[in-house]
This record gives sequence, structure tokens and C-alpha cells, in this order.
Amino acid sequence: MRPKTETWGLLAEFDDPTSLIEAAEKTREAGYTRIDAFTPFPVEGLHEAIGFHHTKLPMIVLAGGILGFVTGFGMQYFATVIHYPLNIGGRPLNSWPAWIPISFELAILFAAFAAIFGMLALNRLPEPYHPVFNVGRFVLATRDQFFLSIEASDPKFRRDETRRFLEALRPLEVSDVPW
Amino acid sequence: MDPRDPRLPHPQANQPGPQTGRLERAPTIGPGHSFGSITDKISTIVLTRKTSGGWFIGFGIAFAMMMMMLYAIGWLLIKGVGIWGNNNPVGWAFDIINFVWWIGIGHAGTLISAILLLLRQSWRTSINRFAEAMTLFAVACAGLFPLLHVGRPWFAYWLLPYPNTMSLWPQFRSPLMWDVFAVATYATVSLLFWYIGLVPDFATLRDRAKSRPWKILYGFFSLGWRGSAKHWYRYESAYLLLAGLATPLVLSVHTIVSFDFATSVIPGWHTTFFPPYFVAGAIYAGFAMVLTLAIPVRKAFGLQDFITMRHLENMGKVMLTTGLIVGYAYVMEVFYSWYSGNIYEMYVMFNRAFGPYWWTYWLLIVCNIVAPQALWFKKVRTSPLILFVIAMFVNVGMWLERFVIIVVSLHRDFLPSSWGMYSPTRWDFMLFFGTIGLFLTLLFLFIRFLPMISIFEMRTLLPEAQVHED
Repeated sequence: MRPKTETWGLLAEFDDPTSLIEAAEKTREAGYTRIDAFTPFPVEGLHEAIGFHHTKLPMIVLAGGILGFVTGFGMQYFATVIHYPLNIGGRPLNSWPAWIPISFELAILFAAFAAIFGMLALNRLPEPYHPVFNVGRFVLATRDQFFLSIEASDPKFRRDETRRFLEALRPLEVSDVPW
Repeated sequence: MDPRDPRLPHPQANQPGPQTGRLERAPTIGPGHSFGSITDKISTIVLTRKTSGGWFIGFGIAFAMMMMMLYAIGWLLIKGVGIWGNNNPVGWAFDIINFVWWIGIGHAGTLISAILLLLRQSWRTSINRFAEAMTLFAVACAGLFPLLHVGRPWFAYWLLPYPNTMSLWPQFRSPLMWDVFAVATYATVSLLFWYIGLVPDFATLRDRAKSRPWKILYGFFSLGWRGSAKHWYRYESAYLLLAGLATPLVLSVHTIVSFDFATSVIPGWHTTFFPPYFVAGAIYAGFAMVLTLAIPVRKAFGLQDFITMRHLENMGKVMLTTGLIVGYAYVMEVFYSWYSGNIYEMYVMFNRAFGPYWWTYWLLIVCNIVAPQALWFKKVRTSPLILFVIAMFVNVGMWLERFVIIVVSLHRDFLPSSWGMYSPTRWDFMLFFGTIGLFLTLLFLFIRFLPMISIFEMRTLLPEAQVHED
């Protein structure tokens, strides 16, 4: 689905994380909302600088863990008490202490799946194509350069004005990101 | 989420400590590196460096050993487990020894990647990828043994709870069943943890690969990673949560492995201190294996500025500490057998030290308790060669420990009429050394085709990676 804008947006390149964070903060203060930054490693505080504060991921992982425990315990209860009860010397069917290890392992397994697949889903990955890859120098985002983007769909985005704004932040280069 | 993530090193992590001599520490990364040079140095090993003759020789030997394993497995499937030395009363022999040995080795990888992450130990950064790979390959080797030990491995899926026409369920009250779940979960979570750590590095390789097939291959596995700040934030959150999950997991796995023994009534096995004793032993064996592998690799690929003396020294310290815990457990075993007042328990200890397998017990003491005492000396901890030799002692010692626990406890049953002796056959040895071949084969492929050091985490170690607040 392609929005009706000429380009995807603008991309400004910086060569150290401190100038990127400063630029991101100024961009946000100028009222831009659809901004993102691209870095070769996680930069502390960058997510706040682009105005991104919260992730639901921990709750998803907690839900996964609880689901795993309930699944594990429920399965063992069903198998041992309801579906195939075996009376061995009158020992209780609901021998729950023996079921803790498997319930625990399944809780970890489900929580780990929730962490990985939840993270990928929230990040909309895998996404083999993205417009920023069209910018030649963007390959350096996985090496040693730092990028800041403003999307054309941002309500405040005006192609020339935004470009001038970004250039005023003293980046190495500002590029158009074609679709 | 705490925004001050432990993945990021302490502000002072890279500067040498105060110049007071004693507190001064070797840095975790050599001087003179930039984001670009780190990227180039590690990715070049994978992308452009010509495969060395040494790699081919090493891979060839490992591959030949793996072929020997396949031969041993093939003959096993034709003839059955009778080709092994297992007998009555020693029904658990090489299979369980090797299973426990391998799975213990794997634990250091998880410890380095998860527990040291939570403890904010930035020195883990250059060895975690490597150690995680070691975990995966060790678990793969470990899994083979119980699988083959069931006798008819093509029915191994009976261990899983699945709806079947026989209307049967596995025995969920059995520690062997717990093992199935623990090891399967451990293998899965280790694989996910390792892969997700690799994703940003796959993106680096994708952007730096010269030929199109490699670009496509690395691009495929990079999932389209582009280093977005939002992605990094969720990524770090996920990674930290996974570390938090992997930590209790790794402790639970070896606890459950020890339950295989501790919940039985065999003298020498039926003790409550088995879980912590086994976990400490696993970490001990695992660090020995990390050193065994890291010392030659660092030399072969000239990675002395990434895997520094400080890494080797720290690993030596962890080995010394866990070795002392294991030593304490050995002492407690002796005490326990005496204090139990039980004739069978007392006999087991006596038999270990002075019975027909006496030499395995004393060799074990030499390897696991005496040899590592050299690690008290800084000179030893900072000499790669001596460290390597000590690590080899521990590798052997930890294998012997399982031999002593399993074979020596089993071969004297309660009734003297059911006493027996055990000796492994050549098939036992071929399978065991064969799995070492499998392990090394996978490891050789790993260091050739994947970045053995986490590139993006190494970048965060540089002082330039810190944001200067005004």
C-alpha cells in the first residue's frame, strides 16, 4: 500500500551517535512525528529522542509464560487424572509436585517463543524490502554511520522546507528516499 | 523496562582502572579500533579472507571423525545396543556419561550469554557468540546419546505426548520424561537466542558481501534488519527477557539431569545435593571447553585484541571458583556416605576409592581438584598455554566424574550375586570420539561462515559508542 507522496521521505546521515541524538531531539521538538533513526548498534536513549517510549513486549512474554505453564500442567492433569488414570498402590492421581518440572519447562519455552516472535511481529519483520535501502549510503547503517529519517507522510513534512531543516542540523548528507 | 540496559557497558568499562597497580585491569578490547575497523576485522574472516590450509586440515580431521560416528551409529542400528559394553547391572554407561558430559559443556554458553549479561559483565561480549554456538553443538551431541540408548530410535517420538491410537501417554512422573522436556526446551531456546543475536550481524554481512548469492543468503537470514531505533529498542527488550528466561532454564536443565540420578534409590545417587553439585560441575566443564576452543581460535585468527588476556583470566577465575564448589561436593559425598550410617552408602564411597575402578576416582581428583589449584596464580591465568593444559585436565576430569558416578555406583548392586564389571567396547569409543568429530565439524563450519564474535555488540564497547550528555 503506497501512500500518495512523491517519495518515502528524507534521510540525514551523521557520523556519531551524539550528533544523531541531538538531531533527533531537535526534529521531535520541531513537531515532526513520523521520524526514525538507523544505527549500527543500539544507542542508549535514542528511542526516547525519536519519541518512542513504550513496548508491549514484556506483557506478551508474561502472557506466553503463563500460557505455557497452564498448558503443561493442564496436559499432565488431563493425561494422568482424567484420560488415563492408573491406580498404583493407592497413590494420589493428582500428584502435582511431579508435574512442576515439565510445567516449568513449557512456561520457559512459550515465553521464549513469545519474546522472539512477539519482537519480530511488533517490528514487522521479516521485511526484505524497505525504501531506505534505496539510498546508496544506507549500507553504512550496518557499519559505522548513523541515519535519521522523516517520512513524507508526516503532517508537517514539506519537501523543501524539511530538507532545509535537516541540513541545518549539520549532517554529512541529506538524501531523498525514493519508493 | 529499565532504559539503562545491561547490554551497554558501564561508562568506565573500557578505560583502564585507576592507576593503582592492583586494580588495573586489561581492557576488553585492544586499542585503536573504530566502528568500521571492528566491522571489517570480524566480517573479513567470513567474507573475504581466503580459507586457510589449517582450516581444511582441521575440518578434514573433524569430518573424518564424524564419519566414524555415522559408521558406529549405522552398525548400532543394524546390530542393536548389544555391540556396546552395557550389561546388567551397568545398564547406563557411556550413553549417559557422554550425555551428561556434553550437556554440561553446553551450559557455559548460556551462562556467558545470559547470566553475565544480567550481571552487566561487559567482558562477555567477545566470547558470547562463540560460546552460544558451542552450546548448540554440544546439545546436539548430547541429544544423540539418549536417542540411541532407547534402542529403537525410530520410535523415539513415543517420548512425546501426542494423540495416538494406543491411547497412551508418556509417564510424566518420571525424571527421564522431565529430561525430554528440559533438553528439548533448552535446545530450542538456545537456538533462538543464538539466531536472534545473529540477526543484526547478518544485516552487516548482507551489506558487505560482494557476490550476489551470499548477499541473498545473508539477506534472507537478516530478516530485512535495518537498524531502526524502534527495532533496536524492542530487540534489546526481547534479548534481555530471553536472558532472564535462559538463566532459570539453564539451572533447571542440569537440575533435572541430576534428578535422573537423585530420584533413584541407587547408593551414591540418592542425595539432595546433586542439583547444585551438577550445576556447578556443568559450568566448570563448560568454561574449560570454552577455553579449550577459544585459545587456539584466537591464535589462529589473530583475535588477541578482541579476546584479550582479561577474558582468559576471567574464565580461569570462573573455573577456579566452580572447581572449588565441585571439590566441596566431593568432600560432602564422602561425609554424606559416612553420616548416612547406611552400609550400602558407605560401601559405595569405599568402593570408589579402593575398588576395582580406584584409578578413575583418583585420576578424577587429580584432574578436577589438584590441577586447577594452579589457577590461584596470576602467572598461570595469564599464560594461554598453561590455561589450555589445565582446561584439558578439567575436560577429562569432568568426563571421569560422570564415569565414577554412573559406572562405579552401578557395578556393585545391592546383592553380591548381581555384582558385575563394565568395560566399554570399541563401538562405545567410536561413538564417543565420533561426537567430538560432529562437534568440531559444526564448529569449523561456524567459524568459516558466521561471525564468531558479535559485531554489533563489539561496537558498543568503544568509547565513541557512548552518548555525551551536553
